[in-house]
Amino acid sequence: MLFLHRSESLPPLFWLPVISALPGCAGGVLDPQGPIGAGNRTILLNSLAVMLVIVIPTLVALLAFAWMFRATNRRARYDPEFTYSGRIELIVWSIPTLTILFLGGLIYYGSHHLDPRRPIESGQRPLDVQVVALDWKWLFLYPDQGIGTVNQLVIPAGVPVHFKLTSASVMNTFFVPQLGSMVYVMNGMQTELHLQADREGEYFGLSAHFSGDGFSDMNFRVRALSADAFAAWASSLHGNGVLDANAYRALARQSINMPPAAFGQVQPGLFDAVLRQTLPPGPGPAETAAGEPQVSPKAEPKAGAPAMTHQPKEGG
Amino acid sequence: MLGKLDWSAIPFDQPIPLGAALVVFLAAAAVLIWITLKGYWPYLWREWITSVDHKRIGVMYIVLAALMLLRGFVDAIMMRTQQALAIHAPGYLPPEHYDQVFSAHGTIMIFFAAMPFVIGLMNFAVPLQLGIRDVAFPTLNSVSFWLTATGALLVNISLVVGEFARTGWLPYAPLSETTYSPGVGVDYYLWSIQISGVGTLLTGVNLVTTILKIRAPGMGYLRMPMFCWTSLASNLLIVAAFPILTATLAMLTLDRYLGFHFFTNEAGGNQMMFVNLIWAWGHPEVYILVLPAFGIYSEIFSTFSSKPLFGYRSMVAATMFICIVSFMVWLHHFFTMGAGADVNAAFGIATSVIAVGTGVKIYNWLFTMYGGRVRFDTPMLWALAFVTTFIIGGMTGVLLAVPPADFMLHNSLFLVAHFHNVIISGVLFAAFAGFTYWFPKAFGFRLHEGWGKAAFWFTLAGYVLVFVPLYIVGLLGMTRRLQHIDMDLWTPWLMVAAFGIAVMIVGAACQVMQLIVSIRHRDVLRDETGDPWDGRSLEWSTPSPPPVFNYARLPHVENEEPYWTVKQRAVDDQAPEIEEGYEPIEMPRNSPTGFVTAFFSTLIGFALIWHIWWLAIVGFIGAYITFVVFAWREHGDYEVPASEVERIDRGTRAAQLAWMRRRERPA
Repeated sequence: MLFLHRSESLPPLFWLPVISALPGCAGGVLDPQGPIGAGNRTILLNSLAVMLVIVIPTLVALLAFAWMFRATNRRARYDPEFTYSGRIELIVWSIPTLTILFLGGLIYYGSHHLDPRRPIESGQRPLDVQVVALDWKWLFLYPDQGIGTVNQLVIPAGVPVHFKLTSASVMNTFFVPQLGSMVYVMNGMQTELHLQADREGEYFGLSAHFSGDGFSDMNFRVRALSADAFAAWASSLHGNGVLDANAYRALARQSINMPPAAFGQVQPGLFDAVLRQTLPPGPGPAETAAGEPQVSPKAEPKAGAPAMTHQPKEGG
Repeated sequence: MLGKLDWSAIPFDQPIPLGAALVVFLAAAAVLIWITLKGYWPYLWREWITSVDHKRIGVMYIVLAALMLLRGFVDAIMMRTQQALAIHAPGYLPPEHYDQVFSAHGTIMIFFAAMPFVIGLMNFAVPLQLGIRDVAFPTLNSVSFWLTATGALLVNISLVVGEFARTGWLPYAPLSETTYSPGVGVDYYLWSIQISGVGTLLTGVNLVTTILKIRAPGMGYLRMPMFCWTSLASNLLIVAAFPILTATLAMLTLDRYLGFHFFTNEAGGNQMMFVNLIWAWGHPEVYILVLPAFGIYSEIFSTFSSKPLFGYRSMVAATMFICIVSFMVWLHHFFTMGAGADVNAAFGIATSVIAVGTGVKIYNWLFTMYGGRVRFDTPMLWALAFVTTFIIGGMTGVLLAVPPADFMLHNSLFLVAHFHNVIISGVLFAAFAGFTYWFPKAFGFRLHEGWGKAAFWFTLAGYVLVFVPLYIVGLLGMTRRLQHIDMDLWTPWLMVAAFGIAVMIVGAACQVMQLIVSIRHRDVLRDETGDPWDGRSLEWSTPSPPPVFNYARLPHVENEEPYWTVKQRAVDDQAPEIEEGYEPIEMPRNSPTGFVTAFFSTLIGFALIWHIWWLAIVGFIGAYITFVVFAWREHGDYEVPASEVERIDRGTRAAQLAWMRRRERPA
């Protein structure tokens, strides 16, 4: 439990060589850019450490015993009567049990401490973002700002973000690897998630649950801006189009690889209407954006696909 | 007349599936023509297709599993090459085809490769190890096999006629509902799994009954070989878990066919219930596969260390412990669904508790080698590769059981690498090891050792080269089932994995070569002793291949290692026990019931998939008539006269007795 403080952003010293030995780990879940990701990583590495303590000696013993007692080794003592030993049995049951007891503590503590619904302790008021998974794109609504975006998530750095998530059609998973925990989204149901980016930068987001033919393009870019830049960005959208029920219905039809878009005004209560199914679930392939009965897969990825930078702008 | 079926069901515009189908069709036609020309049909019909001999059925299960293993492996090759080619590019498999490939890969590998392989080995070895003549319900056993074959056939028909599911190997609702999957793909999945699932459930009933009720005289529960214990645990799990699968898929079928709303978005359907139910079957399924594998490894560690299994009772306890706890952990497949912290913690802890049982087993195998004389024959190599890599896979599994870690790794390629790590080393290596181990028993000659070792090393190297990179890209945030990739970060690892699959192809080729070379040189590799590995359990006491009745006289069991005891006594006294007097033996008559039932089941399945209602009715009537005819049969058994038993036994036993006399006394 020593290393489990949530705001911990550095791994235990013990792990530094191991991590730096993993080439190209920058950009993944071992290179977190916020407190949740850092907390998850700490739990992961501590659990790994607990297990390696018994795994490594066991592996060594396995190979050593097999080699030592090879049939051609005449110096090894052949002892076919050695088939039971109360003392060994005691050790054999107690070593895994003790390890799992220790790990069970980590699991209990980690589950509560990093529960996705648990707010992040911070002096800042959290930003509310509502997320709707559509076939096959992400819709982000900012209830306080009254704006909305598609396939791009813009958040202020250093401010906790409180996500409420649902799906307009099938199951998906909202996931930004460098920010930490993922969560399922389901139609008619709301899940919650708290994340925070500590530094300004661009991160890669995706759906982590297969949702159909357009799944591989359900990616989005996360831009973490300074508080001022975020406010400026939000107000700059006010000239953009309106997302009302009709626009939403058009958006909810299946489409693949939709470029990022933004709405300057979102009809209030849109998220709740999706959640309560006042706006019906997505129509599936029966009705597509182009009005065709079936989405034909695109031939090429779109030009100017998100650059998907993984490093913060100012070196972490 | 033909429901939804018309010419548009055949993918004339898609060269890859059409070409693949053509190759399969030509190969099958060539085999059928060859059989016809050689006049093998009467032999095949009499000795194999209608056989109710557990050994023959076991062999047929394994042949089916091997074919499906190749099919699933081709899917794996397509996935790895697609992901290596489709980096900032579309690759060669469009999404609607790629999605079928990974769905078919998982479905085929679990239901039609791993399950039949494991069930085939249990079918073959369990009655022999128990010292009995057949399973409790021999004809039912044949029905089970042919229903499994029906399921496999339907899945493969979907390659040409229509499409397979595009939902993943578990058709999560609501993606699998008609709104989002209007095609016949999910229906192919549902009916093939339902039909083969009936077969699996009947196997479970059959083997549980056999192990609990029919054992050689003197074989109490705590004298059963370890493989019988793990088979018992596995089949208890089948009996308990498969009805859940059947009910879940039946509910999805009602949704799709009759407009029910069990799992739909609308009208109060609950998609989370689907996920809960499917994993309430799905997690025990993992142990259904891996427990018999643990049994195979236990036999191999003991035999090839020339020592009894260390801590036998402890192993039995660990097996039953795993059997029970495996039913209490299913929620770890969806920690990220938003359950509360207490629920996640409870299931996380329960999951890691299973590792205690597995840990005990690993230590017991370790101490089985200690003080032994370890021989590195191919089965032992597979077992050693298993135990070392399985520890790593088990460790990553426990990592995924820690909810906060799972929040980052769920559905990632880290997860994919984890379950392949445990299933390949746990189940596939066991299947190969068990295959090599019991092959001489089934056919009377060994497999070629050189090709076997080559297959082992290439497969092991390829497996490491494929899945270590996948662990790493998983940590880099890559999720599973991506048809194309836009992240440069992942590229090098996907390339290494693609190279790894090439190495695995060499391994698979060696495996095929091993079989061909061994069959060609079977006279050199002949084993006349019935005991090629210096075995310890009863199956090695009977000649190879065993007579139809397995044992001329039922063995009397006095301890945990009955054959080893008899053998030692014979060697010590330099005089094998000569038993006198033979009794006539009653054996079950061969029956086409299984094959005919499967024929009608295929009609039912195909008809229901394509909404050809009249054909479904014809199939149901046919299957019912088959059942009635079998139920009212007049002669179920025939008698092998004592003179015939004696003739067969003396003939095959002469070589074995001579060999036993030649053996040196142990120093």
